[in-house]
Amino acid sequence: MERRDYIGIGVLLAMVIAVPFLVDNPYYLGVLVFTALNCLTCIGLSLLMGYAGQISLGHAAFIALGAYSSALLTTLAGWSPWAAMGAGAVISAVVAVIVGVPSLRLKGHYLAMATLGFSAIVHIVAIAAVDITGGPQGIGGIPYLSFGDLVLDTDIRFYYFSWAVVIIGLILALNLIHSRMGRGLRAIHGSEDAACAAGVHTALYKIQIFIISAVYASISGSLYASYATYIDPGPFDVMHSVLLVTMVAVGGMHRLWGAVIGAVLLSLLPEILSSFSGYFQMIGLDYSQDYDILIYGGILLAIMLFLPEGLFSGGRSLFRYLYQKFSPAEEEG
Amino acid sequence: MAQYPLLRISGLRKVFGGVIAVDDLDFDADTGSITALIGPNGAGKTTVFNMITGFLPPTDGEILFVERKIEKLPSHRVARMGVARTFQHVQVFSQMSVLENVMVGRHTRSKTGLFLSLLTPPFWRPEERRIEEKAREWLSFVGMEGIADRPAGSLPLGNQRMLEVARALAAEPKLLLLDEPASGLNARETLAMGELIGRIREMGITVLLVEHDMELVMEISDQVVVVNFGRRIAAGTPAEVQLDPDVIAAYLGE
Ligand SMILES: Nc1ncnc2c1ncn2[C@@H]1O[C@H](COP(=O)(O)OP(=O)(O)OP(=O)(O)O)[C@@H](O)[C@H]1O
Ligand SMILES: [Mg+2]
Repeated sequence: MERRDYIGIGVLLAMVIAVPFLVDNPYYLGVLVFTALNCLTCIGLSLLMGYAGQISLGHAAFIALGAYSSALLTTLAGWSPWAAMGAGAVISAVVAVIVGVPSLRLKGHYLAMATLGFSAIVHIVAIAAVDITGGPQGIGGIPYLSFGDLVLDTDIRFYYFSWAVVIIGLILALNLIHSRMGRGLRAIHGSEDAACAAGVHTALYKIQIFIISAVYASISGSLYASYATYIDPGPFDVMHSVLLVTMVAVGGMHRLWGAVIGAVLLSLLPEILSSFSGYFQMIGLDYSQDYDILIYGGILLAIMLFLPEGLFSGGRSLFRYLYQKFSPAEEEG
Repeated sequence: MAQYPLLRISGLRKVFGGVIAVDDLDFDADTGSITALIGPNGAGKTTVFNMITGFLPPTDGEILFVERKIEKLPSHRVARMGVARTFQHVQVFSQMSVLENVMVGRHTRSKTGLFLSLLTPPFWRPEERRIEEKAREWLSFVGMEGIADRPAGSLPLGNQRMLEVARALAAEPKLLLLDEPASGLNARETLAMGELIGRIREMGITVLLVEHDMELVMEISDQVVVVNFGRRIAAGTPAEVQLDPDVIAAYLGE
């Protein structure tokens, strides 16, 4: 990790600690918990997209695997929520191997197709296997996580816990990309041939990264289940996978920090938009949630057209450009 | 077993659709020697390199490296056995710094895996420091230590070719394959490249060289293998090969 990364983590930590002093409405804390869960998934997804150069359209399904493992193992088998979370992560890793190995051994974007199919299957099973998953009714009564006597049963407790997990997840991911393996992966972007000639086992690394990103999503799903204490198939559809990919792309997929920024912005966007709904009415528009998807689409399109490197890097270049243009040291008038 | 050379190519063939790129090729490269593989454009030289390094499977034939058959191994395995190469069309990791490029070259000489990479920050990994130290050493070996932090893509071609050699050397290979290392270089850079190849041989690294600059080839090679249309038409010392009528015909007839 570079010094900048540590500064970034310090800033993030300070913000996480400070926000509850400004926001004490439980509804908004809840929104920030979901933001954290999206962040965690997006960090894993950004490893896959930005470093292994692959896209997954099935990360919502890995979230579902984590969530349903937690829900079922705690309510039916009486496991501790921690053990259930671990089991979910193992299941997701195994599924990632099954889905990933055949498609990642080929060059090209087969993984996107394979994960799309996998995602559809998981969603259908969640709806149709009523005896196990509760079908559309879902599963309730999922126990809270706890540390000894400290039960994570309030929004503020879960808020701190979920962001702590995000920060740990981010540090681990930063460790990984600043390692021999991360260098190998970045080298593949520059020249796959030269990377192979240097001994980089490209297919193996891509699979390992896919597994890691599936585990991140799975943990995020387990956290979701024990925060909400109730799950149904609704949030785990393909649309959510697409939204996650959008978050990573908007923030900038070649930077882990981009994933954090993209996930935060797009998770908060619906709240920002609905708080503006009054203005929409003033100009004769009846704002409804249905417009969200339109706005997401518009944002994605605009980013891809004008800031293809994402907000993080794009914003930096823009800042540099403006600085050079308006800096007083400039000689031209 | 001392009778075996470091590299033995026997009966090597490669057919692309209807094109016979390499046809029943045999040659040996002795430990510590410089062997040049020369021939007109399209003779199949790069294809031979691609088969040795596991980029292409041979249609037929055998490649023996330190007495092991390697023709079916994938490229990362061949690299681990001690074969490094450069490319005819220069292939640097252009987004990465010069130093990082050479650090990638240490890949086969380091082993931190997935879990250790995740769980320990780079400054806690002694291996990471060693990789950087070694990479800097190899950069100085080719005289590029002064531009270690520049993005590799911003360098002129001459430096990029040197960088590729440094990256390959960083693996401390037994066998180094150089595919036209002097192509696109000016006279001064070509001289420096020749001098560098000489120093590489002094370290005991066996070199296999494809090069069109005949002056360079004749000066530094111990053995020259001449191919035309994938077939070996001559082999011997530079002096022998230069007098060979088949070679003269192939070069004049092209
Ligand atoms: N991947 C490939 N697919 C099909 N044909 C190929 C492939 N690689 C090389 N060839 C053909 O094989 C023949 C030998 O090519 P190769 O690149 O090995 O020649 P070379 O001796 O390196 O030539 P040069 O001096 O121009 O680099 C050529 O006819 C080439 O078109
Ligand atoms: Mg060639």
